[in-house]
Amino acid sequence: MLGDQRNNSDLFWGPSCSLEILQLRAQVYASIRAFFKHRCVLEVETPLLSQASGTEPTIQFFETHDQSGLKQQALFLQTSPEFAMKRLLAASSGSIFQLCKAFRQGEVGRFHNSEFTLLEWYRVGFDLEALMEETAELLVTLLPSLANQKTLKVPYKAVFKDAVGVDPLLASVTDFSAAADRFELPDAKSICGQDRSTWLDFLFSCVVQPVLVNTPLVMVYDYPACQASLARLKRDDKTVCERFEVFVKGIELGNGFLELTDPVEQNRRFDREIAHRQQRGLPAVVKDQRLIAALEKGLPHCSGIALGIDRLLMLRAGVDDISEVLSFGFGRA
Amino acid sequence: MASYSTNEFKGGLKIILDNDPCSIIENEFVKPGKGQAFSRVKIRNLKTGRVIERTFKSSESVEAADVVEIEMQFLYNDGEFWHFMVPDTFEQYSADEKALGDAKIWLKDQDVCTVTLWNDQPLSITPPNFVELTITETDPGLKGDTSGGGGKPATLETGAVVRVPLFVQIGELIKVDTRKGEYVGRSKE
Repeated sequence: MLGDQRNNSDLFWGPSCSLEILQLRAQVYASIRAFFKHRCVLEVETPLLSQASGTEPTIQFFETHDQSGLKQQALFLQTSPEFAMKRLLAASSGSIFQLCKAFRQGEVGRFHNSEFTLLEWYRVGFDLEALMEETAELLVTLLPSLANQKTLKVPYKAVFKDAVGVDPLLASVTDFSAAADRFELPDAKSICGQDRSTWLDFLFSCVVQPVLVNTPLVMVYDYPACQASLARLKRDDKTVCERFEVFVKGIELGNGFLELTDPVEQNRRFDREIAHRQQRGLPAVVKDQRLIAALEKGLPHCSGIALGIDRLLMLRAGVDDISEVLSFGFGRA
Repeated sequence: MASYSTNEFKGGLKIILDNDPCSIIENEFVKPGKGQAFSRVKIRNLKTGRVIERTFKSSESVEAADVVEIEMQFLYNDGEFWHFMVPDTFEQYSADEKALGDAKIWLKDQDVCTVTLWNDQPLSITPPNFVELTITETDPGLKGDTSGGGGKPATLETGAVVRVPLFVQIGELIKVDTRKGEYVGRSKE
């Protein structure tokens, strides 16, 4: 009987989106290409299948093996084109953009599809402020509903404190736990334990994001240092990093960094994440030594961002399930 | 012990939560691009009927509840237990008053209802959507009134009370919608 509950294979052959949305996707791609052509940003293509993988413990990759040779080789479907694009930047490509697929295991839901489309671009010489500006301009081009709307820019600390009532940088785990009780989130304690970063993710997802639903376009910047990922720490305040996220009506659309260029620090972050993965019993990763080598050669001062194009299409078309903007959603792929 | 990962959560899945059998109503996968994934789930406790919201860490595993729904024929009530039978196998089950809940005011011998079993014990009973019952008590109607406007209370053979039109009389068989507890019409029989 339990087996029956699992058996949900949907054998319908047809697409999961309408023909209008297929056309809308093509239009949006054309607008993106025109936007960057006008700004002399080069369109590039990098491998989807790579010999190395990302190390982030919260992002799970798909792994496959090439068995054609004598020695079996592990290959990874990219979770983002970031490393390959940075290697192009280190090879003096200048500003570049890419529209491509990325793959993340276990991410399926109303706003997630394990295979999804990213627009990722890097601007040589841009600081984060300039990239935020450009991101807003692109979004207004692609989402007519944002025309004449003000772009709100708020530090992470302020938006978190407003919604949750505690300071994300200074609060103790006990403070977070008390806040979770106030918002009737009884499972928070057992899920987050003593891990500050998980507490921040939990409270941001469950308390802050629902508040942002009423805001047309908001950029949240100065993320806490423990959530720096591949961003630089801020020069004059090491408790925060040069990272921002874009939300349209509370939906997370993109994540931008002033890129970390220091190979020693990059290597240290990789090792720290690899240690985390080991602690949690997550699949082993192959560290991208070629990225480290590229940073040693020298990554230009640049800022970069990835935008989720499927979610952007959801907003544009006014639908509330990601499969409605995909030719064939994950359940039908 | 069978279990499910949060990745398998979807509407209708039965799980054990705080020792009670529950049914998932809806599951929302939540994940910041760079952060920890969670499942925010709306769940109905099948014992109490209460709906609660819970959050799970993604890919956490949760014990599966052995809950099945089977069509059974109601046989009789012995005063303490209500007895049911699976028509195909003649297998019999007895349910107590708690499991019967609101269903007990609608059931007549031979009615086919949905019995929810948890670990092979009746957990709840869903009566047929429509039942036909005889009126045992109601005020005499006004002669010539066939409009049905206004209405009056009528007690049925099972003890249930429904509002019926004024022209309907004692001894008549009527059709009732058990989901709303409403009179539908006189039975054709």
